[in-house]
Amino acid sequence: MTATATLVTPRGGKAPRRSPVGTNRGSSVIVGFVALLLIGMMLAPVVYIILGGFRSNAEITVDPSGFPTRWNWENYADVLTSGVFWGQVGNSAIAAVATTVFVVALGLMAAYALSRYRFRGRGAIYALFTAGLMFPMTVAITPLYILVRNLGLMNSLAGVIVPQIAFALPLTIIILSPFLAAIPNELQEASSIDGLGRLGFFWRMVLPLAVPAVVTVGILAFVNSWNSYMLPLFILNNEATYTLPLGTQAFASQYSVDTARVLAFTSLSMIPALLFFSVFERRIVGGLTGAVKG
Amino acid sequence: MTTVRHPVATASDDVAGRHLAEEGAPRTPSAGRSPVRRRRENWRIRGELAILLGPALVVFVSFVILPVVLAAYYGFYKWSGFGTPTDFVGIRNYVTILTDPAFHEALGHNAFIVIGSLVLQGPLALGLALLLNRKMRAQSLIRVLIFVPYVISEVVVGLGWGLLLQSGGALNGLLEKIGLGALRADWISDPALAIWTLLIIITWKYIGFAVILFLAGLQGIPEELSEAAAIDGASYWQIQRHIVLPLMGPTIRIWAFLSIIGSLQLFDLVWIIWGQYVASTAGTSTMATYMVSNGRNAGSFGYGSAVAVVMFLISLAVALIYQRFVLRRDTAGALTGGTK
Repeated sequence: MTATATLVTPRGGKAPRRSPVGTNRGSSVIVGFVALLLIGMMLAPVVYIILGGFRSNAEITVDPSGFPTRWNWENYADVLTSGVFWGQVGNSAIAAVATTVFVVALGLMAAYALSRYRFRGRGAIYALFTAGLMFPMTVAITPLYILVRNLGLMNSLAGVIVPQIAFALPLTIIILSPFLAAIPNELQEASSIDGLGRLGFFWRMVLPLAVPAVVTVGILAFVNSWNSYMLPLFILNNEATYTLPLGTQAFASQYSVDTARVLAFTSLSMIPALLFFSVFERRIVGGLTGAVKG
Repeated sequence: MTTVRHPVATASDDVAGRHLAEEGAPRTPSAGRSPVRRRRENWRIRGELAILLGPALVVFVSFVILPVVLAAYYGFYKWSGFGTPTDFVGIRNYVTILTDPAFHEALGHNAFIVIGSLVLQGPLALGLALLLNRKMRAQSLIRVLIFVPYVISEVVVGLGWGLLLQSGGALNGLLEKIGLGALRADWISDPALAIWTLLIIITWKYIGFAVILFLAGLQGIPEELSEAAAIDGASYWQIQRHIVLPLMGPTIRIWAFLSIIGSLQLFDLVWIIWGQYVASTAGTSTMATYMVSNGRNAGSFGYGSAVAVVMFLISLAVALIYQRFVLRRDTAGALTGGTK
């Protein structure tokens, strides 16, 4: 039908296409405006936190919604020179890195087995992991706390790391499996002709090919661990083992009168996750594409 | 998928995969392989599977499945968390939960958040994703900025919004300044407003996640479809409405599922902004905050476990109903279809 239309009136076929372009240009100003407005609303609270760190308490009390009249770096400098802040950054970093490394390693191995081997119970095991998506930590936290306590891991980062690995596995496996299943069999045949076994194929071919998906699950695991609140709240009672979220909250209640310093502490604590995410944002969307399509 | 994935190990696949319908039937005797060799290959595969799957399964079962099972067991006891539970109380914990008005309130708040999140976040996130999927200036910068709230921790969000919205906070200050002083309110502690405040903060925090998912879904839609429709004279909106939206169906339904489950388990933001005591007076308590304040914080681990079981059963029921009626068409493709 289109073909005939274009054949009979070559220009007529083009005309309707041109007018939407025209309206698009008109509407793109509106679209841009709406976009700016939404982004402003998204960022306002974050900007409030960052700018608030540059103000003095007196200013904040008199005019809570104003800009800093004098940029005052002391709040930030105080936080950055305090051992408490860096101790918490260190704890958070250890927890996040360990969680990420183990989730990626265990998840890759399991996803490889589940997507490229055929064996009895494969479907059941996959279903078990997917069911894990339905158990967020909230449901398990009370017995999990008892379990961690009985293992003697209270007030230790390991007590946070191991459960985090377990709870991050389902999503990791669900994202990685389709990715690994999509690696063409011809590749495996070719490498087996070249003398590579199944595990050799895993090391030499699958790992390099899986990098995009690995980056996606790695970032998700890292950011989730960095921001995790409920589990550390239950497991870590000793200030020396506090991760950044717990530390930030403790700081806020300890210095609740010193709003400016609380705001400075808060804005510094969000930097690492933000940096990490903005560097890899494109990868996350790309890596999820396969998973969402299935 | 019926292709045999391991050409090298055809014989053992034949053995290991005997139960699989697609491979079970034509079990031809593998050409020229001795049974001993076949058996050895079979054991090798089992060994490999144990190495590959073992660690993940052990960690997952002992820290995810076991606690959930333990919760079901502890839930029948009155237990302070020390020693082994001995004071068996049968279903008394459950009767107490189900007749406690405080739990009913919490459940109501969860229901409000479930529906409110779907209604607010869904359309907004879809619009944002469509917007961000268009080619525009500073596109990648805008994308990163949209995700900022999703990436920062609940503690930062809670503290920031808490200071922003407290009665002497920046929002009331701003309203005063622009001459809308009459609109000043106690956003956090006024029971008539608090739950709406919570809903707005949740929307702000989690919309980035919906946008990421939707963007990923949009990238999976071939551009040829929209181009073909444009050639046929379809307008931008017609294309979005009749081509993009139906194709986004599976992504939207998966997002809605995750959003519902997340809303039912809501804890962090409420606990950080309102805390244990204010949450119940301001009307923002959730099942999870009820569980922690009446469970661990009250030293009643049996009771807390029972609340966890109730939460789990509610989530499970919702999930099953959703899977049965909404996700039916997609489950083959998205949630379980990864390895099919």
